[in-house]
Amino acid sequence: METAETGARGARVEARGWGWRHAGRRDPAVSGLDLVIEPGERVLLLGASGAGKSTLLHGLAGILGGAEEGEQTGALLLDGSPAATVRGAAGLVLQDPDTQAVLARLGDDVAFGLENQGVAPDEIRRRVPEALTAVGLGELPLDHSTTALSGGQKQRLALAGVLAMRPSLLLLDEPTANLDPEGVSEVVDAVVAAAGPRTLVVVEHRVEAWWPHITRVVVLAPEGVIADGSPDAVVAAARAELEEAGVWLPGAADAVPARPAGAPGPALLRGTHLAVGRAGRTRRDIRRGRPATPEQLAAAAARDVEVEVRAGRVLALTGPNGAGKTTLALTIAGLIPPVAGEVDASVELADGATRDPAAWRSRELLTRIGFVFQSPDHQFLTPTVRQELELGPHALGMNQEATARVVDELLERLRLARLARAHPFSLSGGEKRRLSVATVLATSPRVLVLDEPTFGQDARTWRELVALLAEQRDAGRAVVVVTHDRALVRALDADELTLDAPRIVRDGGFREREATISHDSPRRIDGVAS
Amino acid sequence: MTLLAPVTGDRLVHRINPVAKIAASAAIGVALLVTIDWVSGAVALALELLLVPFAGVPLRALAVRMLPLLVAAPLTAVTIALYGAPSGEVYGTFLLATVSEGSLQLAAAAALRVLAIGLPAVLLVATVDPTDLADGLIQTWRLPARFVLGALAAFRLVGLLVDDWRALVLARRARGVGDAGGALGRLRFLGSVAFALLVLALRRGGSLATAMEARGFGGDGPRSSARVARFGAAEWALVAIGVAIAGCALAASLAAGTFHFILGPRG
Repeated sequence: METAETGARGARVEARGWGWRHAGRRDPAVSGLDLVIEPGERVLLLGASGAGKSTLLHGLAGILGGAEEGEQTGALLLDGSPAATVRGAAGLVLQDPDTQAVLARLGDDVAFGLENQGVAPDEIRRRVPEALTAVGLGELPLDHSTTALSGGQKQRLALAGVLAMRPSLLLLDEPTANLDPEGVSEVVDAVVAAAGPRTLVVVEHRVEAWWPHITRVVVLAPEGVIADGSPDAVVAAARAELEEAGVWLPGAADAVPARPAGAPGPALLRGTHLAVGRAGRTRRDIRRGRPATPEQLAAAAARDVEVEVRAGRVLALTGPNGAGKTTLALTIAGLIPPVAGEVDASVELADGATRDPAAWRSRELLTRIGFVFQSPDHQFLTPTVRQELELGPHALGMNQEATARVVDELLERLRLARLARAHPFSLSGGEKRRLSVATVLATSPRVLVLDEPTFGQDARTWRELVALLAEQRDAGRAVVVVTHDRALVRALDADELTLDAPRIVRDGGFREREATISHDSPRRIDGVAS
Repeated sequence: MTLLAPVTGDRLVHRINPVAKIAASAAIGVALLVTIDWVSGAVALALELLLVPFAGVPLRALAVRMLPLLVAAPLTAVTIALYGAPSGEVYGTFLLATVSEGSLQLAAAAALRVLAIGLPAVLLVATVDPTDLADGLIQTWRLPARFVLGALAAFRLVGLLVDDWRALVLARRARGVGDAGGALGRLRFLGSVAFALLVLALRRGGSLATAMEARGFGGDGPRSSARVARFGAAEWALVAIGVAIAGCALAASLAAGTFHFILGPRG
């Protein structure tokens, strides 16, 4: 790396009996923490959710705030000075790729932190391209739109914004949790290449990609450090605690035995000559038999897709970002109408309704097709976990008694019973995922469609999801998952429909995709000729 | 959203400090609000039309943006022609409506004003990039950076909110509560989606604020600016053009004797 960074160096971190209690909370997030990190160490910080990892990172970044935001005990020092007083020495990259870019243009966004530090304009102009090059975004023009970047690129941009400020401590708070596998390796490579002599502290659940690059693992609990040492030594000493905390130890996913699927049952849904897209025909267009316009067809996320959803099997929709997997899933599930082609429900699934799922009323979907969205926040509608589970049964007109029976069973089954009265938004990521799956199971649909169900999940939630989905499959339901997770496809013995990357046809000028079905039905569907 | 993205380009007009564009539009607006007569409006509009080819906005983009004004101007005219205070010769009456010489003149004056004030505003705002506007507001007009940049960053979340809205509507359909029966049901449905959107917006705003703070935003030290918002010859020239158009319009109306001070005695 041709870094022009003379003078990059690592900070020494020291926590002396440090603790922090957020204002309005009874228990401290961290208490009595004693920890020393020497300059240049690359530390992976592990621990169960609620162990105070993010609080520690925010404390080191100096953004926990003053006395009105919470109460500090002990001391948290960067090179001997209180961390809250030395802003700029620590650079923090956060989890959500969408809310880290502050400005609309690439170069301006990297400059933002430097402006806040009062760096002279000439110096800013020198450092911005340098930082972008360091994270591998040097090829893009400085006025490139920050919203037009992929998830991995957005996280690398956030890293560039931090590197430009010349921190001596890099703090990464689950920087790859929201990324597909390609994005994960992009970000890890960029961090490793750019870190140089800086001290590095990473919080992450999926540790595999970081494992070769770290020098030390620290396992945190609310009462302090419970394991500390070289990666292998910590795993040997604290394997049980780490597994309980849901940490993805290297090889953990492959160690889960596959659950073989039985013989396929009848086809419940069939999509023929499907073109799918968000800006397609409206329901009214379809009722009136209006075909899609050439513009709608050209803008489709995927075209010429043939798909069959069968009872007793799991169908995995795979392929790179932008291939139209989620759009296809929404279309199969009757949530958006196809741009062209047809989705047909079998007579058995339709059960008296029309054969076109997109024409079903919302209530008719409940017992037929359930959809679990990637972001649970979008699908929660009520103020408590219990009401969230009751919503579907109530919409079906189920009586109180029957509803209570279904809900109680799901609360137990998905370890949510003690959270029955909590607000869905207050749950952890794993709890939210379990709840969002449970809300769908509450009305026992024949077909379950899940969008990236294992995204960002800890190892324990992951194993539970695999068990749950296999059980649904074996009960004769059909399961469709949109996923990048190879281990999930393997563990569920899933059939696979792979959508290819969008590609630009040179003379045709518009995007075209083709779909491939593999596993037990190795058919190849050709893309349309332009 | 995309429909009204700023018109970009590399001509001088695209690089002019947005603050100067606001000042030039304001000069014309103030002049045309001082008097209400058709001569001043017509002169201002004619001069503006001469400058359209130099404004760096393609005609198609301009037409889209002018559409609301092109609808509003004739509507204003018809309303005032029928219901404006009658004076001079009366051409006809129907129920409450009276078309008179005075009301026709007033109608022409009002319609021309809508266009003459609207056109420069639309033309100049079309080429304003939000980031450049923020730079201008902070550096030229010395508005507090904390406030302006906070608003600018929040503005960028609008695109995400559009996606959120779609997802929320689909999720309601999937959860069995998407059948909104009747107008009231539809209203209640939209209300509940809007509330959920507000909650999501606050959460996103919270994470954005954390990200900004982590990069030193809101600290005590002085802030520098990577981009310089100039206020030089080009900016002064644009303001001068605005003032000149305003001056010509007023002078013409005084010369023609149609000048009618808007706060003056009725007559």
